[in-house]
Amino acid sequence: MKFTNEFKCVFPAVSANEALARASLSAFLIPADPTAQELADLRTVISEAVTNAIVHGYRNSSGEVSICLRMLPDRVLYIRVSDKGCGIPDIQKAMEPLYTSVPEEERAGLGFAIMQEFTDNLHVRSTPNHGTTLTMRRKLGQIYAEE
Amino acid sequence: MQLHYDINKNQLLVLLDGEIDHHSSNQIRTEIDTAIYAHMPRTLIFDFQNVTFMDSSGIGLIMGRHKILRNLDSEIIIKQPSPQIARILRLSSMDRLAEIQINYPEEVIS
Ligand SMILES: Nc1ncnc2c1ncn2[C@@H]1O[C@H](COP(=O)(O)OP(=O)(O)OP(=O)(O)O)[C@@H](O)[C@H]1O
Ligand SMILES: [Mg+2]
Repeated sequence: MKFTNEFKCVFPAVSANEALARASLSAFLIPADPTAQELADLRTVISEAVTNAIVHGYRNSSGEVSICLRMLPDRVLYIRVSDKGCGIPDIQKAMEPLYTSVPEEERAGLGFAIMQEFTDNLHVRSTPNHGTTLTMRRKLGQIYAEE
Repeated sequence: MQLHYDINKNQLLVLLDGEIDHHSSNQIRTEIDTAIYAHMPRTLIFDFQNVTFMDSSGIGLIMGRHKILRNLDSEIIIKQPSPQIARILRLSSMDRLAEIQINYPEEVIS
């Protein structure tokens, strides 16, 4: 995959690192001069993905979350977030808006819906007991329907 | 986060600030719920003007408070969310659970 810049990091799956992931995304993206909305959308996207790895992936264990950010040709931002946690048994069901496996924890079941809304494409690869990898792309400079 | 209770109007005003994510929402939840059960407000107002970020963890937080307030026959008002947070609220159909009040200051033309 050709790219003009790349950033990778690995951090322990603790909730304080959700803000760290957003800050890393901002620092990586700002030189590409995103609009305020692009930056806000993509900060939300990475926050959802990393939170899922921490909350669900490592629900009954501890481990690490890996992030890879790439700026591809034509101002396409590539985001990969992976964990080596429990995996998702039924990806299709997990991606349904409002579905959550932990309703008792006041989760809305909207993380995937938000990631899909704010990216051009989202791909999920997951193997039970081995982990989950999300890859997403968003082209900067597109006109996104607002309202 | 600041909490104000207006006894005359039976309103609990929560002035949130900073970022609402999974990490911060647990503490916010505990503080708000303590205030709700102490005051039993008719109206819970979330003032979002100083909130710089919110993801689906914030939606879960609002949905959970809505459940409690509904049992008290009370309602929720969400004031002054940023454009980004307003988009997320709309995407989540939060306008069905709460009144969302937005009035952006008029743009200054210089
Ligand atoms: N990295 C992951 N590892 C294991 N399971 C996951 C992972 N990401 C998501 N899931 C599963 O997919 C479901 C849906 O995820 P989604 O983010 O849409 O909702 P949620 O996290 O439950 O709620 P919200 O994001 O609104 O707080 C989760 O409830 C969980 O069961
Ligand atoms: Mg989620």
